[in-house]
Amino acid sequence: MAKRVNVDTPVKIDATGVSHRELNIKLREAVANGAQKIQLHNVHGQRYIGTDLNKPVEINIFGTPGNDLGAFMDGPQIIVHGNAQDGCGNTMNNGQIIVHGHAGDIIGMSARGGSIFVKEDIGYRAGIHMKEYEEKQPVIVVGGTAQDFLGEYMAGGILVLLGLNLCQGEHHKAKFVGTGTHGGVIYLRGSIEQYQLGKEVGTTELKGKDSQTLQKLVGKFATYFGYDAEKILNHKFIKLYPKYLRPYGRLYVY
Amino acid sequence: MEKLNRVQNPYQDDKIVDACSIFGAMDTSGKRFSGESIIRAIANMHARSNGLGGGFAVYGLYPHYADLYAFHIMYISPKGKKEVEAFLKDHFDTVRAEIVPTRATPAITNPPLVWRYFLEVGKHRLEDQSEDDYVVDQVMEINTKIRDCFVFSSGKNMAVFKGVGYPEEIANYFKLEEYEGYLWTAHGRFPTNTPGWWGGAHPFSLLDWTAVHNGEISSYGINRRYLEQFGYHCTMQTDTEVVVYAVDLLIRKHNLPIEIAAKILASPFWLDIERESPREQNLYRTLRQVYGSLLLNGPFTVIIAHQGELIGLTDRIRLRPLTVGVKGDRLYLSSEEASIRLICPDLDKAWIPVGGEPIIGRLKTSPQRIMVRRKVTADVDQENYSVP
Repeated sequence: MAKRVNVDTPVKIDATGVSHRELNIKLREAVANGAQKIQLHNVHGQRYIGTDLNKPVEINIFGTPGNDLGAFMDGPQIIVHGNAQDGCGNTMNNGQIIVHGHAGDIIGMSARGGSIFVKEDIGYRAGIHMKEYEEKQPVIVVGGTAQDFLGEYMAGGILVLLGLNLCQGEHHKAKFVGTGTHGGVIYLRGSIEQYQLGKEVGTTELKGKDSQTLQKLVGKFATYFGYDAEKILNHKFIKLYPKYLRPYGRLYVY
Repeated sequence: MEKLNRVQNPYQDDKIVDACSIFGAMDTSGKRFSGESIIRAIANMHARSNGLGGGFAVYGLYPHYADLYAFHIMYISPKGKKEVEAFLKDHFDTVRAEIVPTRATPAITNPPLVWRYFLEVGKHRLEDQSEDDYVVDQVMEINTKIRDCFVFSSGKNMAVFKGVGYPEEIANYFKLEEYEGYLWTAHGRFPTNTPGWWGGAHPFSLLDWTAVHNGEISSYGINRRYLEQFGYHCTMQTDTEVVVYAVDLLIRKHNLPIEIAAKILASPFWLDIERESPREQNLYRTLRQVYGSLLLNGPFTVIIAHQGELIGLTDRIRLRPLTVGVKGDRLYLSSEEASIRLICPDLDKAWIPVGGEPIIGRLKTSPQRIMVRRKVTADVDQENYSVP
């Protein structure tokens, strides 16, 4: 049994040449020994970092974490000082991932809780099949814009796209947005054309609790990445919602 | 009954989760560099492949024989070698023939014999036939008619090295750290539908065209039948082969620019075509009518290369990954960004291109003795890059 660590000093792990399996073993050991802050240095593509950890430990990653960062994670806060690859937050249950760069495809895939904040752009199929149940509501907030199939088959949760890198009057670029969606909500800062939306998506102005929700989420985003929340919020937002709860109900019932 | 797997492996992390890995790097100034960094980059994606195929393509490789066709041939039996060498004697002038140097390594078992031949077409071709067409015919002839052998590389000043193993093992076997080129591509294979055998490893190649691929080309049947009409015969039992023949047909034979070829292989959706100007609409409709049979369907990311150009292309809805990195004159294409940053930590920029839009790296100047067929002045195409 390793010695218990001092909780105030971060545990430093050098990931050079360490396989994803070994790295996760080291993480589990550190967390089991009571570490509250962990720094991973020289990370180069190791997958599944933080998977199955279930304590609120803070993990700072320096380098480029591999696919499925924080998959199935249940509580930790992961801060990536760089870019994230595909599958970030896959089926996450609880916790937070903050990416000081861009992220790849299918971020937040099937997530059922927790939150993901990305400073720059994200790839294809963000939030695909995200879900929610009672108080569990996953959240993805993105500073840049997204590629196609944003919120595909989304069944719950909140997706916020701030488009901070778009020029004045430039639409978001994603097409097939919300194809097959039947739950959850997408907030877009800026504009999008009708043809870019999936058939199952409706658009509306913000109303009721929408502004409060956005204030809270944009506030966090601004704090993490050093923006002025007021400035971001002082702009037109639109809300995308699923028009049907069972869009394919008639297709598959004979 | 006790769930044994739960006891033996409580974290359930023994499932093999793979996909192919692809990597490409080019120095657009034409400066040659060693394969060492490319080997490290592709090895970093070890988890994406399963040891059933690895390979590399190198351009600017044989400057002393830059004007000769460098045939690389695998032999499974001495009889195959004897027959091929007799064929080469009848159809080419052989300037040099040698065994491709290898080092014994426990990872590589039962390899075929690999030889290379530097060949001149000379007076062998018909008068109304180009040298390249003549070479294509001979490659097809050998690969379809002579048993126990495969021509897997046939371009000038370039070569493919490939086999069954992880890419880093193949590199070790063929001593690739000793070679230099200005453009490298690499592949780690996870075969899905076809056997893992030496000829089926990527890159696939014809003349100086090469392709490495991650995905599945579900239109293989129709692409293959279309290409057969033009004399291309698929012999390597793997879908990727059609990509090489398609670009040879479209770009070398039909003289189309790569930007147009990309719109044939990954055609825009009708939804997008309808939103274009009448002139563009006409162009895209025409391409789909004429070359509909070369549309690649299914998930794919390919890295295509030939003398002076490195091209990355994904399917229209980007079902397979591709990340681009740029540092000075160097252009990198990779399945995963981590591999680029491993060998080049301080990239000028890195981005994830939109599906169906080609990323093209071109030589800025044509280095001496490197033949470049098309314009070589344009820099990396960055139309799809949005500055955060």
